[in-house]
Amino acid sequence: MIDLVGYGAFFLVNALIFGVICLGLNLQWGQTGLFNVGVAGFVAIGAYASAILTTPETADRIGGFDWPILAGWLAAMLLAGGAAALIGLATLRLRADYLAMTTFGIAVTIQVVALNATGLTGGPFGIAFIPRPFAGLAETPIAFNAANLALTGAVTLGLFLLLEMLTRSPFGRVLRAIREDEAAAASLGKSVNFYRLQAFALGGAIMGLAGAMQAHFIGFIAPDNYLSILTFQAWAMLIVGGSGNNRGALIGAVVVWALWSLSSLAVGSFVAPAFQARAAALQIVAIGVALAAILIIRPRGLIGERAIVSRDVEAMAGEAGTD
Amino acid sequence: MLEVQSVSKSFDGFRAVDDVSFSVARGSIVGLIGPNGAGKTTTFNLIAGTLTPSAGSVRIDGRAVEHEPAHRRIAAGLARTFQIPKPFGEMSVLENVLVAAQDQAGERIAPNLFARGAVRRREKANIERARDIVAFVDLGKVERLPAKSLSGGQRKLLELARVLMAKPKLILLDEPAAGVNPALLETIMERIETINADGVTFLIIEHNMDLVGRLCGEVIVMAEGRVLGRGAPSEMARDPRVIEAYLGGAPA
Repeated sequence: MIDLVGYGAFFLVNALIFGVICLGLNLQWGQTGLFNVGVAGFVAIGAYASAILTTPETADRIGGFDWPILAGWLAAMLLAGGAAALIGLATLRLRADYLAMTTFGIAVTIQVVALNATGLTGGPFGIAFIPRPFAGLAETPIAFNAANLALTGAVTLGLFLLLEMLTRSPFGRVLRAIREDEAAAASLGKSVNFYRLQAFALGGAIMGLAGAMQAHFIGFIAPDNYLSILTFQAWAMLIVGGSGNNRGALIGAVVVWALWSLSSLAVGSFVAPAFQARAAALQIVAIGVALAAILIIRPRGLIGERAIVSRDVEAMAGEAGTD
Repeated sequence: MLEVQSVSKSFDGFRAVDDVSFSVARGSIVGLIGPNGAGKTTTFNLIAGTLTPSAGSVRIDGRAVEHEPAHRRIAAGLARTFQIPKPFGEMSVLENVLVAAQDQAGERIAPNLFARGAVRRREKANIERARDIVAFVDLGKVERLPAKSLSGGQRKLLELARVLMAKPKLILLDEPAAGVNPALLETIMERIETINADGVTFLIIEHNMDLVGRLCGEVIVMAEGRVLGRGAPSEMARDPRVIEAYLGGAPA
């Protein structure tokens, strides 16, 4: 029983970190319609930035500045957000399909750099000994996982509330208008490129934060963590949960991560050890099937975008019926 | 109000708009007519900033705007609707109109975090105004529905409402009557008359001669990228050059 509670906390920390990634993607795609298929790249930037800054001094690579974890998180957001802003400046004028190709290429490039810039990233061996929050509790896994769940939950909740406020404000309304029709939004005086840039950079910063949170929770990162499969997972989560809805982004993350973990368990239990490596591909199949099923049964996701998003417009629902 | 001077636009050597000059007086309703392919919508796009002219100048209220991007035109007092309406489909009718409000502090990130009260007050005032405008164009009953559920004619009215929210001095309407049923067309024409009575200038592209005859004091006729003539609608309908442009081959 205790084990199960401990595992539950461990599972939720991982799921919520994916939830943070999805919140970033929801800002970019769900709100603004920016087709970013390079999610893994921004997560990697955040993870490596924080890892390099917070690890103790190391002889065989640059870095190991021994910064506090919180400073690493902030630096991760700044660097990933800054990278997104730079990439955005160069690419956001592109049409959706070209933006997709460009972001995909950039994410692959970032992963290859992580794999080969051994002097900075540790190359294929990655970076170990990343300080973990509440490391003092590591002797008792249940306390360690519960404390981390409290921390991750608090960060996720804070971010959710912040994004919810922006989504339902006039700022969020402009993002949605641009998503729906950029020529019409421009004709009404909205600077399309500037808003896209803000959404892209902010979304990138959030993905970077998620990367740092994950790196510090696990304590070890390697380039293999940041392959395209990560981007695929984030997209599946957002679409299953409901693109355009911050709650949907979080729920999708938990549901799809549960499916991923269960299918991993199933592969481990029912497949002969010799075939397990190959059978792991079935996990991707499971998510693909879930995605297809959702698109058929509930095309807008488990909870899709609200009919009326602007806070004060929705607030007048009661009075509207009476006049 | 609007001065278009020697404006040209070429696409790969093809001159869609060729040395076009005209002006629109404050408070008037002017029609822009001509056969398909005459360059009317291209002229609109040049005035609205969707396209940049290859040559010539566009002045709105004396301000040269031809090199400013499309999103700056509304600050000069110019608003436009589209030939095929462009509603924000997934958004409610009311939110469609709210997007058009100008100078909203809440459209920047920081005031939403640090000046929430002011943003909120402004938003409430905007909502009130948006509801009045939505009711004015007869969309009050559907104000909470997503814009994608509106009929073609209602979408034209929604675009008109959206544009009004921005308090423009000059409105460009691209085929407001196209695909609109007669009852709704009557509403559209009445609303244009009311708005014009408040001092707003209109430039209207239209093929529906009932609308042109009733609303437009003057029409500018375009053909093959050039201005063919200008005058009262009835007068232009008799002009042999105009008849030739519509019914004949290419004018010699």
